[in-house]
Amino acid sequence: MSVESVVFVIAGSICIVGALGTVLFRNPVHNALSLVATLFGVAVIFIAQDAHLLAAIQVIVYAGAIVVLFLFVIMLLGVDRTEKLGIDPLGGQRPLAVVAAVALLGLSLTVLLAVGSTVTGQEAATGDPGEGAENIAKLGEVLFTEYVLAFEVTAVLLTIAVVGAVMFSRQRKADLIDEEEFPGLEALLAETEDETEDDTEAESEGVEAT
Amino acid sequence: MTPLVDPLLSGPIGLQEILVVVFKVVVAFAFLMVAVMFMVWFERKLIGDMQNRIGPNRAGPWGILQTLADGVKLFFKEDLLPDNADRFVFKLAPYLALIPAFLIFTVVPVGGNYSTGDGTVSLFGEETLLQVADPPVGVLFVLAMSSVAVYGVMLAGWSSGSKYPLLGSVRATAQMISYEAALSLSVLSVILLSGTLSTSGIVAEQSQWNWNLWLTGFIPFAIFLISGTAELNRPPFDLVEAEQELVGGFHTEYSAVRFALFFLAEFMNTVTMSAIIVTLFLGGPNGPMFGPEWLQSWVLPSLWFFLKLFVFLFVFVWFRATLPRFRYDQLMDMGWKLLIPAALGWFLILAGIQVASDNDDINLALVVIVGVAIFFAGMGLLMLAMRSSRRQRQLSGVTD
Repeated sequence: MSVESVVFVIAGSICIVGALGTVLFRNPVHNALSLVATLFGVAVIFIAQDAHLLAAIQVIVYAGAIVVLFLFVIMLLGVDRTEKLGIDPLGGQRPLAVVAAVALLGLSLTVLLAVGSTVTGQEAATGDPGEGAENIAKLGEVLFTEYVLAFEVTAVLLTIAVVGAVMFSRQRKADLIDEEEFPGLEALLAETEDETEDDTEAESEGVEAT
Repeated sequence: MTPLVDPLLSGPIGLQEILVVVFKVVVAFAFLMVAVMFMVWFERKLIGDMQNRIGPNRAGPWGILQTLADGVKLFFKEDLLPDNADRFVFKLAPYLALIPAFLIFTVVPVGGNYSTGDGTVSLFGEETLLQVADPPVGVLFVLAMSSVAVYGVMLAGWSSGSKYPLLGSVRATAQMISYEAALSLSVLSVILLSGTLSTSGIVAEQSQWNWNLWLTGFIPFAIFLISGTAELNRPPFDLVEAEQELVGGFHTEYSAVRFALFFLAEFMNTVTMSAIIVTLFLGGPNGPMFGPEWLQSWVLPSLWFFLKLFVFLFVFVWFRATLPRFRYDQLMDMGWKLLIPAALGWFLILAGIQVASDNDDINLALVVIVGVAIFFAGMGLLMLAMRSSRRQRQLSGVTD
């Protein structure tokens, strides 16, 4: 057994255990932590494939920023509140999810068992990724020459999303509050506002919260 | 059997390579532990001096063994686990804080002659760099680990199951995420000028007194120092554990060894952050070279490195002794409205200068002058806009 397989087996099992934890744990914080484990497992696999930049970005962006924000939101909303799982917000999505899952699993198994380890048998179309620093340079070059349009469009899209989020969160009393300074304060303020303005609504909210 | 001990998949590896790696890991770990012990003592002693006190003076000469005594005491104290705590996460959090602090140090070159040589030294008959690991993405690794360090603080506060730690950790997370942006953007300037992501490459680029400190024009250095201090949660940015408001912040519920681990992580982070500043901006182990070969390859570079490191350790203590704590809104204002725009703008100017210096048709001096003028004009306009918005807020009844 080569080192590559050993690394793959260890990192792969971390990924799978983490993924199962993400789905199966009851506590949302534990779910988020399992997700981090999965992301780290994937980062290790990236490194084993000599994609150092991808691994670093995986950890910085996903583990370091996105899941931290997940946890942040979970903490602010409070993890004691449990969602009522009996109500399906989108009708019929559960049976559809089961069908899709079975179909995908069947497809993957068919490919693995019947066709073999490769699907098309084609070599990578982009050529030799290079090792270490060379790999990073190649990625940067491709990103800023051939795919520069896609890159710029993504940047604009993200900027629009940020501006939109700021616009949505700035309303009424919230105009005076900086969301970056006091994240979550607006929701709190809105709640107290509701309480003073509309008693019945506040009561129903209180019932829901408990 | 050989492939099993081949961590880099680069062919057969003998005993020498393994010895080198083990030696480097042990030395780095031991150094970091000693440095942390020294730093704790140094901080207490220096702050004592600055506040006209004596400081620790009982354990050993000048009280230098005080940290050891405190460590032993903490090991023998009762280890409390709050009833409301999430047991697994509560136990996990201190390690999540400590491990990234150590891992960052592994990519810092602590010696090696880069000025007249290629930075390698001979160890067990192997030519090797004086750093535990030299990944091609060294700087990104540092940023990744510093963003992972947020988890320790965050989960410690949450898992304690008590309100002050939770508030402290929410504050800490918001602060660390905000300042990480400014930190990364100031590192970008260094990467742009060095043209490499590896730490040894960045040090090698600064080998002829062309340190990034003046090459990048001081501003990225200032931004890095400020946001680094905020990232470390050290005064004047220690709102995370503001005693008057939050009892002890995220580690209120921690005691004994687990508290000691947080304490260790905090000081280890201070040492590694200083080492990163030295590496990125002050040329790492580069400095004047003279004397025989052994002096040049082993002694002098490490000496320069540790001298520079010491300067920054002193600066961090100095900050703590002189500056009063920021208010939370001031902290966020500075991070988002001053440091991030300044870092971004300066990065654009450096990119422009880089293009101009690569191209002979463009007048370099003109580009520099115009760029800097635009930068300061832009920052001035931003300040003006912020002042008028603050005045408007004051007029509408919210005092600032």
